[in-house]
Amino acid sequence: MRVIACAKYAVDVSELRFDPSTGEPILAGAKMKLSDVDKRAIEEAIRLKEKHGGHVTVLTVGPESAKMGLREALAMGADEAYLLVDPLFEGVDTLVTSLVLKKAIEKLEGFDLIICGEATSDGYSSLVGPRLAGLLGIPQVAYVKRIVEVKDGSIVVERDLEDGYEVVEVKLPALLTVTREINEPRIPPLPAIMRASKKPMKMLSASELGIPSELLGQDGSAVQILEAKAPEIKRKGVIFEEMPADEAARKLVEALIREGVLGG
Amino acid sequence: MAENEVWVYSENKNVCLELLTAGKELSEKLNVPLASLVLGHGVKDVAEELSEHGPNKIYLIDHASLERFDSMSYAAAIETIVKQEKPKILLIGATKRGKELAGRLAARLNAGCMSECTEVDIGDDGSVIAKRAAYAGMAVATEKCKSTPAIVLLKPGRYEKAPSGGKGEIVELSLEIPEPSLKLIEFKPKEIKAVRVEEAEVVVLGGRGIKKREDFQMLEQLAEMLGGCVGCTRPIAADLGWYTEWVGLSGVAIKPKLYIGVGVSGAIQHVAGIKDSKVIVAINKDPEAPIFKSADYGIVGDLYEVIPELIKALKEVSKKEG
Ligand SMILES: Cc1cc2nc3c(=O)[nH]c(=O)nc-3n(C[C@H](O)[C@H](O)[C@H](O)COP(=O)(O)OP(=O)(O)OC[C@H]3O[C@@H](n4cnc5c(N)ncnc54)[C@H](O)[C@@H]3O)c2cc1C
Ligand SMILES: Nc1ncnc2c1ncn2[C@@H]1O[C@H](COP(=O)(O)O)[C@@H](O)[C@H]1O
Repeated sequence: MRVIACAKYAVDVSELRFDPSTGEPILAGAKMKLSDVDKRAIEEAIRLKEKHGGHVTVLTVGPESAKMGLREALAMGADEAYLLVDPLFEGVDTLVTSLVLKKAIEKLEGFDLIICGEATSDGYSSLVGPRLAGLLGIPQVAYVKRIVEVKDGSIVVERDLEDGYEVVEVKLPALLTVTREINEPRIPPLPAIMRASKKPMKMLSASELGIPSELLGQDGSAVQILEAKAPEIKRKGVIFEEMPADEAARKLVEALIREGVLGG
Repeated sequence: MAENEVWVYSENKNVCLELLTAGKELSEKLNVPLASLVLGHGVKDVAEELSEHGPNKIYLIDHASLERFDSMSYAAAIETIVKQEKPKILLIGATKRGKELAGRLAARLNAGCMSECTEVDIGDDGSVIAKRAAYAGMAVATEKCKSTPAIVLLKPGRYEKAPSGGKGEIVELSLEIPEPSLKLIEFKPKEIKAVRVEEAEVVVLGGRGIKKREDFQMLEQLAEMLGGCVGCTRPIAADLGWYTEWVGLSGVAIKPKLYIGVGVSGAIQHVAGIKDSKVIVAINKDPEAPIFKSADYGIVGDLYEVIPELIKALKEVSKKEG
């Protein structure tokens, strides 16, 4: 089974700081990591290979520094990784990201399954997976929490929707987006990390992928971010600690009465 | 042709009513008709009902292939009519099914799509602009979409449902629609709670600090005393299945007057869904837990000691008052 996992090297939102005077995110030098759910997409691809044999390719559209994320993917057990890197791929919308992924996939030797995350931890659009499936003209199943069975030419999965769990069968090749609950990604041991440095990691630019520049960058993106600001939220931060539980509970109740939030 | 119209679609009728409110504002600003799409099989009654809530038109596509929601056959149907009628804006409800549909449709139409939007408007230059949470809810972003159509995924619960009034024309379209691509094997419905957490005035919300399902009874008791209801974090619902819905970025957003987080670490994806609460209280045994940074009041302690004491203290207060 040939599986492709798409993973973003994303801003680590839990470490992101905002400029207190402008409220804007401080992106220069911000910590980055493999997007949480995308790591699970990689893990699921590797588990499929371990069970059914095959090959795992990881694709990232991102900056040079994303090599770190791809090294991690290779150490986890992926066979090869592609970094799709070009100044024209920076700051683009989901339309462009999915186009770049599609062009890269067309250069590969074919595939049975593509796995994306349900959403990236910084962009959180949930769009790139379905967009990519739409561009490739293959069926898609989003919000997969469990792969039930791999059959000859199809796959059975269970997905998590607002009103229920749906078990569906889909013909291959297909694209899945997986949820955070699908697995717990492995932490690669040291020897695997060492071995990973010998695995193939290739870089491809816009011209190598044959994408005209007008389809890329700000020109090619249909959605533009005009501004992003963190609203200032002031919380009181009164903490009751180092006191017996009954005393803390009484103090809290008094405070809530003062706030006027207890009772009708 | 329906060039420049504002269209709304959601597979969920209540969400569709909200979209009609947002759509109405846009269509009035642009001075163009508002239309609602109804797709399915045997759904004429839905079309009739929606036609009485403000749209000028309903495009009805009733087809056997649309019996069950399938993002691929639904996207194919909408793609065909969008190419035919050329609307300017397509508002789609940002449910899970809606997002899956919109992504595929946007790709088929080579259109821009703004996801997870909380507000949509028309900019001074006539372009479609929207606000959404960015960086897992830490910031608010304003985005602009330059494609036609502009696809906007609007989060449920942001606009009031459109009141009844008027009578839109129902335009029935017959199209060739591909068979669904997914074979349904089983559907296990989630049990939906009677009290909706997004409407509660007080929410007592449990996280992974709660060790057993039975222990949630303690929180239920506390919630009942406070006239509120219980909610949970994503792992409690999605990993353990103790509840069906969770609060946060990927779940529901709440804004009660009082939120009490019990054994909740306060991951940013969770905080994204509670930050509009009036008063935030956190109970956690780890003084370093990030939730304390977002809290008005906090107790550092073991929830198994604190919650019973809190219940006791509340009983004393109500005794005094009573
Ligand atoms: C794309 C994406 C979307 C997500 N969306 C959401 C979302 O919408 N909502 C959401 O909730 N999460 C969401 N998450 C998950 C989120 O990142 C966290 O994993 C989750 O919120 C943690 O849940 P928790 O606080 O219950 O558990 P934990 O992080 O495990 O925290 C448990 C806490 O309980 C405390 N504790 C343990 N025992 C006790 C005790 N006896 N007494 C007192 N305190 C105790 C611990 O100190 C700890 O702080 C999302 C993640 C991703 C990647
Ligand atoms: N820059 C990227 N490189 C590779 N894959 C991506 C990239 N951005 C998004 N994806 C994939 O698309 C999914 C959804 O992303 P998003 O639409 O940004 O929420 C992610 O979970 C990834 O699997």
